Amino acid sequence: MSNLVATRQATGHTVEEPTTEAITEPAKMPRRRGKALARKWWGILLLIAVSLAFIIPLYVLVTTSFKSNGEIYTWPFKWLPSELTFENMARAWQIAPFGKFLTNSVIVTVIGAVSKVALAVFAAYAFAFLPFPGKKFLFLLMLGALMVPGHVTLLVNYITIGNMGLINTYAGIILPGVASAFGTFLLRQHFLALPSEIFEAAEMDGAGNFRKLFSFVLPMSIPAIATVALIAVIDEWNNFVWPLIITNSVNMRTLPIGLMYLKANDGITSWGVLMSGTLVVVVPMLLVFLFAQRFIVSGLTGAAAGGGK
Amino acid sequence: MTAELATRPGVRRRRRSWKGYGLFALFAFPNIAIILVFAYWPILENFYLSLTSWDFISPQPFFIGLSNFEALLTSADFMQVLATSLIWVVVVVGVSLIAGVLLAAIFSMKLPGTTVTTSIVFAPHVISGAAIAAVWLFIFDPKYGLSRIVFDAVGAQAPAWTTDAKWALPALLIVSIWKGVGFVAIVYLAAMQGLPADVLEAAKLDGAGRFHSFTKVVLPLLSPTTFFLVITQTIGAFQAFDIIAVMTGGGPASATTTLSWFIYDQAFQRSNVGYSAAAGTIMFAILMAITALQFAFIEKKVHY
Repeated sequence: MSNLVATRQATGHTVEEPTTEAITEPAKMPRRRGKALARKWWGILLLIAVSLAFIIPLYVLVTTSFKSNGEIYTWPFKWLPSELTFENMARAWQIAPFGKFLTNSVIVTVIGAVSKVALAVFAAYAFAFLPFPGKKFLFLLMLGALMVPGHVTLLVNYITIGNMGLINTYAGIILPGVASAFGTFLLRQHFLALPSEIFEAAEMDGAGNFRKLFSFVLPMSIPAIATVALIAVIDEWNNFVWPLIITNSVNMRTLPIGLMYLKANDGITSWGVLMSGTLVVVVPMLLVFLFAQRFIVSGLTGAAAGGGK
Repeated sequence: MTAELATRPGVRRRRRSWKGYGLFALFAFPNIAIILVFAYWPILENFYLSLTSWDFISPQPFFIGLSNFEALLTSADFMQVLATSLIWVVVVVGVSLIAGVLLAAIFSMKLPGTTVTTSIVFAPHVISGAAIAAVWLFIFDPKYGLSRIVFDAVGAQAPAWTTDAKWALPALLIVSIWKGVGFVAIVYLAAMQGLPADVLEAAKLDGAGRFHSFTKVVLPLLSPTTFFLVITQTIGAFQAFDIIAVMTGGGPASATTTLSWFIYDQAFQRSNVGYSAAAGTIMFAILMAITALQFAFIEKKVHY
């Protein structure tokens, strides 16, 4: 390790040497190198401190889920549980229908994300390759939806879904958010950037639009579609306010709402129970993030960077 | 393309484009229809509802003109709600941006361990706000929660955070910043990596110190990113909901009632549909004004 650091310092040195500063002020060199080293260690210390600030709450979540009550309700804080217990988890599933919450969340997330991606793929294909009078206007109309603040639409959407008779149903939870202006936009941009020679060749062979979509456009767009799909999964899984409003029986609640139910029914008197319930909500998305971080970060920040331009 | 079309008989061309129109409609209209019904229509209808009095139950909303707005804007409680929202937005956006750009600066030094740290800091962004709120509820427990360590260290009594009117809002602000700062940092980091390297080199050759080159060279170059983040983070912060719902439910008393909680509470817990709709219209107006600012800025940049 120290060897590695030394090598880096050495290369840093040789790179810096030709600069005018280094040549005109040779006497300062050792001090500057010392300062650079000190800065590096301060930087690493800062990185560790920052990591701890974000890891400790998650560590508390995981350990408390499996701690016995005796080790939770004690002070000073017990960092290392002496034994692991599944009692909290079992209690959480007794107090609240967590199996039902989990099923609801999985159904809403899977159907919601699949429909969202399918709708976005078809719409993006249409906007990229098919003719329609006023297509530009329609595209702007769709993009405009990105500016509509979701919180202001809750009340009327509740009434609309009520009029459709879909309150307290999966369809009611999924429907209002299933059209993704962002996903359509991202995929359309991607489709337009695909090499047009391939499509021309396909058209010469007499390939119709469906073949063009399924045999050429889709296989060439897997990363972009993965990005849209993963962001849809995260959004659906974590969605809170809409499922809270549109469902009214415990058996239709999704996991995030289930947490509130658990807290109201036992959580405050038993942190272990609340934490193990919370763990069920957190772990799937952490796993998704762990395995597909590249797509998620690029998608989310790409949206930010794109919007900034 | 035009040459190719010109060689074809007109009739065939028209039939082809009709077919194209049909397929466009089939592919794009479901998406457009859902957006019209669930994004545009609600704004219009919400505005109408804000001119009515309704409780979800009686057959018709009753038209009362601007009375809801009059009642809201002359109510001390609602002014308090707006003030709480303002504090929320200013603190969350301000602290997230400052902390975010500093984190990005550390990350851009490319020290060993940077990649892991960026992932860790970003992770809360993909976790449910309700779950994060539950974890922090425990951390804020005055007797057994981790936050007590800080108060023990200075020999003070840990506050009851979420049930103490003085500490509840700060507690929520901490959680909201903790959840969102990683995203800001990553966006800043991406923007920094996109900066022209020669400008930074030039700053170094000029003998600008690290701090100096950061404040005088890097920050100004990042101003489009900063502006964009201010706008989007402000819009997001105004609509913060899940953390409030799980941690305080707008309380104690109304210490953590922001505009977003007020809109929910009035409609879905008190059935004051018109009143909630009017508050929603006010939120819409505020957010549209902020969006218009963004557009004005973009126009300016394009014209330069």
